[in-house]
Amino acid sequence: MAVLNLAGVSKDFGATKAVDDVDLEVPEGQLACFLGPSGCGKTTLLRMIAGLEEPSAGTIRFGEKDVTQQPAHRRGIGMVFQSLALFPHLDVGENIAYGLRIRGTPKQERDNRARELLGLVQMPGVERRHIPQLSGGQRQRVAIARALALDPQVFLLDEPLSALDAKLREEMQVELRMLQQRVGITSILVTHDQREAMTMADMVVVMKDGQVQQVGTPLEIYRRPANVFVAEFIGSSNLLKGEIVAGDRVQVHGHTLRVESMPHGFASGAEITVSVRPEEVGLCSGEETRENGLQGTITFIRDVGQNVEYRIDCSGLEITSNVPPRDKPDVQLGDRVTVELPADACVVLA
Amino acid sequence: MTTARRSWAPIGLLSYPTLMLGVFFLIPFGIMFATSFFERDPIAFYRPAFVFDQYARLATSLFIDHLLFSLYLAVFVSVISIGLAFPFTYLLTRMRLRTQTLWLVFVLSVLSLSEVIVGFSWSMLLSRTAGLSNVLVWLGILEEAVAWAPSFGAVVVGYLYLTLPYTVLILYPPLSRIDPELTEAARTLGASPLRAFFNVVIPSTRTPIIASMILVFVFTLGVFLIPNLLGRPRHWTLSVLITDQAVYQSNPPFAAALAVFLLATSAALILITLWLSRRKRVATT
Amino acid sequence: MIQRSLIILFMTVIAAFLIAPIIIVLGISVNDGRQLYFPPEGFSLHWYQAMATESDWRASIEYSLLIAAVAGLVAVSVALPLAYALWRYGMLYAKILFGFGVTPFMLPPVITALGFMTFWATTGNYGQIENVMIAHGMFLVTLPLMTIALGLESTDRSVVEAARTMGASESTVFRTIILPLIRPYIISGYAFVFVLSLNEYIIAFMVAGFTVETLPIRIFNSLRYGYTPLMAAVAVLFVAIAVVVFGLFARFGNLPRLLGRWEPDK
Repeated sequence: MAVLNLAGVSKDFGATKAVDDVDLEVPEGQLACFLGPSGCGKTTLLRMIAGLEEPSAGTIRFGEKDVTQQPAHRRGIGMVFQSLALFPHLDVGENIAYGLRIRGTPKQERDNRARELLGLVQMPGVERRHIPQLSGGQRQRVAIARALALDPQVFLLDEPLSALDAKLREEMQVELRMLQQRVGITSILVTHDQREAMTMADMVVVMKDGQVQQVGTPLEIYRRPANVFVAEFIGSSNLLKGEIVAGDRVQVHGHTLRVESMPHGFASGAEITVSVRPEEVGLCSGEETRENGLQGTITFIRDVGQNVEYRIDCSGLEITSNVPPRDKPDVQLGDRVTVELPADACVVLA
Repeated sequence: MTTARRSWAPIGLLSYPTLMLGVFFLIPFGIMFATSFFERDPIAFYRPAFVFDQYARLATSLFIDHLLFSLYLAVFVSVISIGLAFPFTYLLTRMRLRTQTLWLVFVLSVLSLSEVIVGFSWSMLLSRTAGLSNVLVWLGILEEAVAWAPSFGAVVVGYLYLTLPYTVLILYPPLSRIDPELTEAARTLGASPLRAFFNVVIPSTRTPIIASMILVFVFTLGVFLIPNLLGRPRHWTLSVLITDQAVYQSNPPFAAALAVFLLATSAALILITLWLSRRKRVATT
Repeated sequence: MIQRSLIILFMTVIAAFLIAPIIIVLGISVNDGRQLYFPPEGFSLHWYQAMATESDWRASIEYSLLIAAVAGLVAVSVALPLAYALWRYGMLYAKILFGFGVTPFMLPPVITALGFMTFWATTGNYGQIENVMIAHGMFLVTLPLMTIALGLESTDRSVVEAARTMGASESTVFRTIILPLIRPYIISGYAFVFVLSLNEYIIAFMVAGFTVETLPIRIFNSLRYGYTPLMAAVAVLFVAIAVVVFGLFARFGNLPRLLGRWEPDK
């Protein structure tokens, strides 16, 4: 187990920068999620940590040790691949013990280790089964057991759950997270699914175009997105374009809003975007005067069970509000309503 | 690629194939090419020189006749081959996998038959003493047994026997890729199966058809024993002439010139095939 | 209904055309006398015995089998590292080399035959049996190249990386992962070369035809200098070998896939 440290890591493929100057530290025993749309460089960054891809610049350290120049098989990593990459010609036990066999570990010891790991992933007694006989979820577990067989310092997972159907996937997210905490291994999970990242990560690293956009706990990322991209990519958000009037006031589409915290470095008149999560947006029937209150007409209602979504047209500005079913106001399509954008929920972004 | 930059593995892997292909492919072809500029020497096969005599001889009317005949025969046979193999292969790819496998074993076995055996058995089949005409006599269709070989028809039949399995195997991959829903869509729009075949299947496989035709054409140019066994000297093709010049007339330089000519023709056709298939790939992506 | 019977008729005609010569050869091979008759006169299997007892025919069978066996090895030994290097490292040079490997088979064989003939005439080694082995191996190298490339293409590349992360060196990956996975494709490539080499005439003839009489050469010569039902018996033997080899492919492998059938599930 070790701290993982990246300093100025870059990767160029010809003229394109797949990964651009990434600095990052993952504390010992924590799970970091690389999150971003496809092509954002998250997989390339993971492969550089694995030693499967060579950085164009920068250093990678496991603890005190600089591993930048070390090939994959000397780094002490365990990796779960997107395709799982189980060896189809070997049975479950042989798959798990492959790394041990190469090191010349005696058969008895290999068998013990395989049994132990299968117990860890809650699949005891399947050593002699063949890969095609296993279900998707079982293969997943075998791949995880195999990656942990050599007691790696760093555990790397490249979208390992993407092949599973939605329900199994949710179950595996929880199970994998519990396993990771039990083993206490420094881990990195690559995913494009923000829900998966929120479920599993100690820290989320949001990436776009090869660059890190924001690093933080899932809640920080959600509550305090660093920029428009993060706000849009993580969950959904009302993004309102406007400009700073003065102090803690911003002007959006002809309305003046007060915001609780104003980031430094913005002068009056600067163009900004205000992000408000739909579940923070208050909604009441009729036209009332409130702080940060806007009047509008309901154009769309959708009740998806866990909450009710309203879209309100406030003289050309569309606001979405999510309300829990219990707090559902008594309003119909076409009603005039007031929406409230609480000052402490308004995040000002560049 | 995995830390490939520091690895010597590819060099190690490729050194042996490079050696073998260099020594046993490039050098022989180079020597053959060089030989085509040599002078003939009745005693020592050839004498090194740099003359264009052999190529000049290509222009004589005798060889032009043989060349034209070779090309004519190749076109004729490849068109018939595709005409027969296309519907056959299409039907084959629609069969159950087990049936397909049995057919493929059969087709492969026929393809691997030696030209010698094919020529011999067709000369039997088309002969007066042991041939098919005896069956027709027995059925009362013919008055008396006749010899159908040697003749142009016999040559064509022999060629077709060699090219048909080859064509089937070339057409098999593209035809097996045709989406069955394509013809089903045409059927739901009111086309009969036969109409769907002509209106949908054939147009959608135009490129593989052309590519296959060229490959069969080149394959046909290489057939050597059939004209010998089933034809008359005027049915001799370039391949027969090359062997005749090299072995029986002891004139390797002229044989080499003929071969270079044949090579150039074939290579040009293969390049066209590759170009066509690449263009198709660009069009589909 | 009419359409269906037309289809069956068409397939039957094609099958009859393809099988007719084989039936003729089979019939002739069981002739009792020295003459070639079809239908056969009398029934006897002694021509099959004669394959083993007539020494020059037996020598030809042995030559042919030996040449085919070694040619297969030559072809696979060149094809395997080449196809693997291309798949693993994807270098332009490997691509070019692969192109060279595929070319001879696509060209009329007489060109390769003449190339090798002039080559050995120049090096002064004309007429040796190893010439035929190498010539066949290099001429047919296309086949294992194709089958092995097909096998590698259907292999998940991350399997290699997974093995690497578990500490396997390049050569260990090749030995413990790649080789077992593509073994069926190597074997089928070898078998293709074996069968086609057995039946190849023109290259064998021009490279060493007067000293090493392979079976096709001997059959051809006896076509000119006196027919005997023995050649039919030998031809039957060859057909049988081909059917057995390809039958084994079909039994133990996926022949349609090997011949390029697209599989929607993979």
